[in-house]
Amino acid sequence: MRSLSQNLSLTFRRASLLFDHKHLLAIESLSEGNIRTILDTAESFLEISTRDVKKVPTLRGKTVVNLFFEPSTRTRSSFEMAAKRLSADIVNFNKFFSSVVKGETLKDTVLNLEAMQSDAIIIRHACPGAPHYVSTFCRSHVINAGDGAHEHPTQALLDAFTIRQQKKNITGLKVLIVGDILHSRVARSNIFLLNKLGAKIVCVGPPALLPEGFKRLGVELDYNLDRAIQDADVIMMLRIQSERQQKNFFPSIREYRNIYGLTQKRYHRAKKNAIIMHPGPINRGVEISSDLANSTKSVILKQVENGIAVRMAILYLLLGGKEREITD
Amino acid sequence: MRLLIKNGRVIDPDSQVDDTLDILIDRGKFAEIKPKIEGDGFKIIDASRLVVAPGFIDMHVHLRQPGQEDKETIKTGSLAAAKGGFTSIACMPNTEPVNDSRDVTEFILAEAKRNAVVNVFPIAAITRGLDGEEITDMVDLHNAGAIAFSDDGHPVENSLVMRRALEYSRLADAVIIDHCEDRQLSAGGIMHEGITSLKLGIKAIPASAEEIMVARDIILAKETKTRIHIAHLSVRGAVDLLKWAKQQGIDVTAEVTPHHLFLTDTALESFDTNLKVNPPIRSEQDRKALIQAISEGWIDVIATDHAPHTPDEKDVELDQAPFGINGLETAVPLLLDKLVNKNILSLEKFIVMISINPAKILGLKNKGKICVGADADLTLLNLHQEVVVDTNQFLSKSRNSPFNGWKLKGAPVMTIVGGKIVYS
Repeated sequence: MRSLSQNLSLTFRRASLLFDHKHLLAIESLSEGNIRTILDTAESFLEISTRDVKKVPTLRGKTVVNLFFEPSTRTRSSFEMAAKRLSADIVNFNKFFSSVVKGETLKDTVLNLEAMQSDAIIIRHACPGAPHYVSTFCRSHVINAGDGAHEHPTQALLDAFTIRQQKKNITGLKVLIVGDILHSRVARSNIFLLNKLGAKIVCVGPPALLPEGFKRLGVELDYNLDRAIQDADVIMMLRIQSERQQKNFFPSIREYRNIYGLTQKRYHRAKKNAIIMHPGPINRGVEISSDLANSTKSVILKQVENGIAVRMAILYLLLGGKEREITD
Repeated sequence: MRLLIKNGRVIDPDSQVDDTLDILIDRGKFAEIKPKIEGDGFKIIDASRLVVAPGFIDMHVHLRQPGQEDKETIKTGSLAAAKGGFTSIACMPNTEPVNDSRDVTEFILAEAKRNAVVNVFPIAAITRGLDGEEITDMVDLHNAGAIAFSDDGHPVENSLVMRRALEYSRLADAVIIDHCEDRQLSAGGIMHEGITSLKLGIKAIPASAEEIMVARDIILAKETKTRIHIAHLSVRGAVDLLKWAKQQGIDVTAEVTPHHLFLTDTALESFDTNLKVNPPIRSEQDRKALIQAISEGWIDVIATDHAPHTPDEKDVELDQAPFGINGLETAVPLLLDKLVNKNILSLEKFIVMISINPAKILGLKNKGKICVGADADLTLLNLHQEVVVDTNQFLSKSRNSPFNGWKLKGAPVMTIVGGKIVYS
């Protein structure tokens, strides 16, 4: 019988042959096959984080740069742990302690970091397309860790991974995405991904945060959460940003909570065992009641846990070299 | 020296001439126009197989001087114009300092006299510092040489200020040109609001931001019985408003740019900063409405909104890049290829839109026509010449064109300003 590590290495070798992208910039440009390859690869990495020694030497000698121009708790730490568990060296860049405050451009910042022989650059930036722009002049692999309201591909991948883990099959599931769809990169990446995997997506939110045009991305729209939540298998809540209220996207947090907050009462209209997801950070008592966030129906912390395996898979598929093998 | 242009296909829509004629130029004016002019002592240009048109006029150009000479200067902008087939350009006042005083207008004219190879006509600001509050000394500016007024780059947001400016512009007898944009609706926007902006998560500028201001300007022009010119029309709704106004007999004219005629918002999927322009490149429906409106004669003028920015300024993420497209050297080949050679717009109507109408709107009495005594400005076209846009060959100081690499058929081959060959 083959050992676990031999099985792993076979899976990975097959996977890296199937994954034909230099960068991970957007879900929209991935095929269904690409997505399945990432999810399957992540499956094999999940176990590593449960070991006593949570480390494999797969990416030893590789240098990864965490280039975050926006605040982040989960994504930045998750990428850092993913890289470390694969034995890559990781450098954390903090905009506020960098020469960006002296006016250095994004391009010069990247070129300087790259001159230190980085192999991958993980970028989060407030501007949509910033990772695409970086990929036009940069030799390293570029991973999009969130670009403005455009995409957050690794979040959608870890969400899909979590849904698959909980519900086995994504095809045919009714997935609700609730909240500020307009400004959400998580919503966009999830819409692209879940559509490719055959889920039925319903977006819910106040009209100004849910423009009609989203229909053309292949989702249903509903302004009424009580109606939309019926028969839902997955309820994905998005963070509501209080600064939106000042711009009249909705009148008040109080009114928003009354109409779109997920409460026990509302939850019970969904399908039995429907799961509750949230990309974080959550506003307890606004978009989700605290007791629901803490309940067994919530997979919010599972998402975080799975995020590491998914990001290990992505780093591996991009950086892992076709000939490398995973060994214990 | 006297110049004789022989055997060209002379098209002068003003006198409804489209014939093979010779043109004699003497002391900067047209001296004689007829078949087969003979004689000695002329410099002769063989224009066989070429179209000879009244000099093209671009009434919407940013020359950046004074103040932003790293982007463009009056000299380099004029060289780009000459290469692009333009004999006259009108330059917008959003320089540093703003052209809101006689000093700046006089500086531009003096600099043009020293260094420009085409005619340069300054457009002065409607309001001091382009701040939308106090109107400028329009009569003094007009006497100094400003031929029109605009706060281009900014709308005049306050309707009362716009009304007062329109009323006062009668004294200067110079047109007011408005950049129509409701800044509350467009705030923070980078591209056209539509399916592509939703998909890309890019902050967007809705069509209403333009339509509302166009409607307001039309209403004010009607009420004050003055004329107004709408800059860079970009949306279908604004075209409908323009049609309505013209049908009512309101004295409103409008221009459209080549980039709004030939590009659509889906191109932004590349995140190319050279596509970032204000008003933004719109949807395919808007583009088609603009094309239809020019073929039906509703839009008066084609102007480039030539807005040079340095390569460094555009080599950034989309949010950081300035708005603007470099237009002088690509406009005529684009228009010849996409409209004239495809029979969407007749050559005659094209010349009306790019020469006669801007001359009329700006009050340039001796331009836009080929007749004895008029200024000897000519644009010679080869409708069959194939060109590939190469921004590295631009005479403009900047390179910010989304048309780089486009293969086009039809090009300006010689530009004559005041009887002098300034480009060939």
